[in-house]
Amino acid sequence: MTDAHGTDESRPVATQPPPRADDELTRRGARAERAAAVSFLLAMAAAIALTVVYWEGGQPQAEGILLAVVLGGIGVGIVLWAKHFMPTEDVAEDRHPMESSEEDIAAFTADFQAGGSTLQRRRVLVATAGGACAALGVALLFPIRSLGPRPGRGFKQTAYKGGDIRVVDENGTPVQPRDLPVDGFVTVWPDGHTDDADASTLLIHFRSDQDFRPEAGREDWTVDDIVAYSKLCTHVGCPVGLYQAELGLLLCPCHQSTFDVMRHAKPIFGPAARSLPQLPLALDGDGFIIATGDFSGPVGPGFWDRGR
Amino acid sequence: MTQVSEQATPRPTRRSPERLYTHRIARWIDGRLGAAKFARTALNKVFPDNWSFMLGELALYSFVVLVLTGIYLTFFFDASSNRVVYTGSYAPLRGVEMTEAFRSALELSFDVRAGLVMRQIHHWAALLFLAAITVHLARVFFTGAFRRPREINWIIGCTLLPLAMFNGLFGYSLLDDQLSGTGLRIVYGITISIPLVGTWAASLLFGGEFPGPDIIQRLYVIHILLIPALIAVLIALHLAILVRHKHTQFPGPGRREDNVVGERFWPTYAFKALGLFFLTSGVLALLGGVFQINPIWVYGPFDPAEVSTASQPDWYMGWLDGALRIMPGWEIRAFGFEIPNPFFPGVLLAGVTFALLYAWPFLEERVTGDHAEHHILDRPRQRPVRTALGAATLSFYVICFFGAAADVLASTFGLSVNAILWTFRILVLAVPPIVAAVTYRLCKELSARDGLPIASQVTIREIPRRLLRGRAAET
Repeated sequence: MTDAHGTDESRPVATQPPPRADDELTRRGARAERAAAVSFLLAMAAAIALTVVYWEGGQPQAEGILLAVVLGGIGVGIVLWAKHFMPTEDVAEDRHPMESSEEDIAAFTADFQAGGSTLQRRRVLVATAGGACAALGVALLFPIRSLGPRPGRGFKQTAYKGGDIRVVDENGTPVQPRDLPVDGFVTVWPDGHTDDADASTLLIHFRSDQDFRPEAGREDWTVDDIVAYSKLCTHVGCPVGLYQAELGLLLCPCHQSTFDVMRHAKPIFGPAARSLPQLPLALDGDGFIIATGDFSGPVGPGFWDRGR
Repeated sequence: MTQVSEQATPRPTRRSPERLYTHRIARWIDGRLGAAKFARTALNKVFPDNWSFMLGELALYSFVVLVLTGIYLTFFFDASSNRVVYTGSYAPLRGVEMTEAFRSALELSFDVRAGLVMRQIHHWAALLFLAAITVHLARVFFTGAFRRPREINWIIGCTLLPLAMFNGLFGYSLLDDQLSGTGLRIVYGITISIPLVGTWAASLLFGGEFPGPDIIQRLYVIHILLIPALIAVLIALHLAILVRHKHTQFPGPGRREDNVVGERFWPTYAFKALGLFFLTSGVLALLGGVFQINPIWVYGPFDPAEVSTASQPDWYMGWLDGALRIMPGWEIRAFGFEIPNPFFPGVLLAGVTFALLYAWPFLEERVTGDHAEHHILDRPRQRPVRTALGAATLSFYVICFFGAAADVLASTFGLSVNAILWTFRILVLAVPPIVAAVTYRLCKELSARDGLPIASQVTIREIPRRLLRGRAAET
């Protein structure tokens, strides 16, 4: 056992079992030394093999396994070395409380105040210097504004704004009602805007025997049993990509929000709290489907002033 | 125990030490720094031994592997949103339009020798980094290692966890594949859900509306410079404070609050640590070589209008994804303003989680009135209340984690996803109190059986020897 108030030097403590007979130690020692040396040799061989594999064009599995053998061989060798040939007796080191002594604190305080007394005498300088640094800090915040545009109308409108725009599929082809089989659905965009992530729209052709009930005021928003909703989930904006035609339900694969296509796509399960915005549809003179205006509300996930 | 001490039979040196190059270099350095005394103290520094003390080391070594493999990856990866047509050697995607980021990640995987193995080691190392941090955090919590004087180091550790999480998320989001693009979209949706500042924050981070023209370049700078530098600085501080405090120890013979009992740093501990570093990297190399991870060519390039089913994040983001799914469809709307649904699980829950983590040492100190320094660790059963609360909190996040697999569970077992989510909604509220009660009883009974004293002022020296762990108990 150790003296608690000795120096900072570490000393052995008696927690070890008594040493074994010498010859057994020697035998074990020799075996451990052999094992460690074999580990290192194996690592060396694997390293050579690794360079060969790389030189011959590389092969990911072989590279991984050989690298593992190199690193593991070195690791095993080192651990065996440490376990068998290095001192393992426990030693004790003193620990002192973190807190400084009262004298040290008093001495520091005195020195600090002696130097810092000019701070108290030069109040004007302290105040103006502080003000200058604060002003610098505020001025340096402004370049952050360069990182992105002001979040304006873009959050609340899409390229359908203005209306009378054809909807097109991903290849830019306009869509006629007969292109879409019953129970089928297709993703469309406003013509010329197939890269607009916020304008992706689902056209769904429901069955005429399904109980489709449009919301008041949207009775003429469908064309030949085809209804259009924003494809962006009102939860966090994943594309609502799964249509269960039998039940007339849209399911978001990300967080399982479920929307009822027959009831203005209102959420009936999952975390989404708002209906998918609906797009008013009509046919143009050539029989292609057009949008007569923008969505019934801001698309995608909600935000603070969405309703303003 | 079968140790043969090298010191017992010193080998004769062939040359006198003064003539060795190493000796002369050391003398040269010492002549300029006068470091001998300091270096000797470092050599003799004592480290207590316990398997659970390796967890922090594992995190450190994973970080080293992350930096080394990460540097290699930066030589080939091109963080650009420019659209190109793929012409590389992976035939199924030839002729497909994609971003330069995705193309260079494919090239790195298929056409750069040793590229794929490096990329996969990097990803596995990230998973291990987060796992080691999490289990290390749990070890520190359940053994009371956060108590005075270690509160500052607890705060640094609690900061490292979200930094590591963000960097993992940003790292796999760089590749611009279908899965990570979906992840970024969720990040965007959560960001704009923040009241007042959400739309501004999202617009500034992404450079506009989703997907944003600048997000890949920005995440790249954050992923390879900003956060790694912060992590490196905080790890250095974490270790410097550890050295200053000297490591905590479990109770044992000769172990007191005013000493530290263990092996000297040189040579045994240093060699064991070095060995563990090599073993950790070896395991990561094996994982990276043999077990496929994040096969972006299967997911394909990101298309904002598409999404795949069974989209799950890396494991450490699972609790957040699960919480998003479990949350019922509620949000707050008044006077044209709203607090959208994702805010509650995505921002509030995460915020409360980390606020509680940061505050825990101070809360506990306030409740127990124990302001003393502690260097001897608790066994979890000695602190039934802390252990019960910790276990209950863990169970909450574990259920959230499995909630992220609701769709996979539904399709695997042929069940209704609604039923599964309802089950999770009930479990996430019902299980933590049950876990707390059971853990509390268990701690009480275990410590009663062991004859352990339970009190905030427990004196560790009173613990019977037969209960003590490790080598020391064998005497």
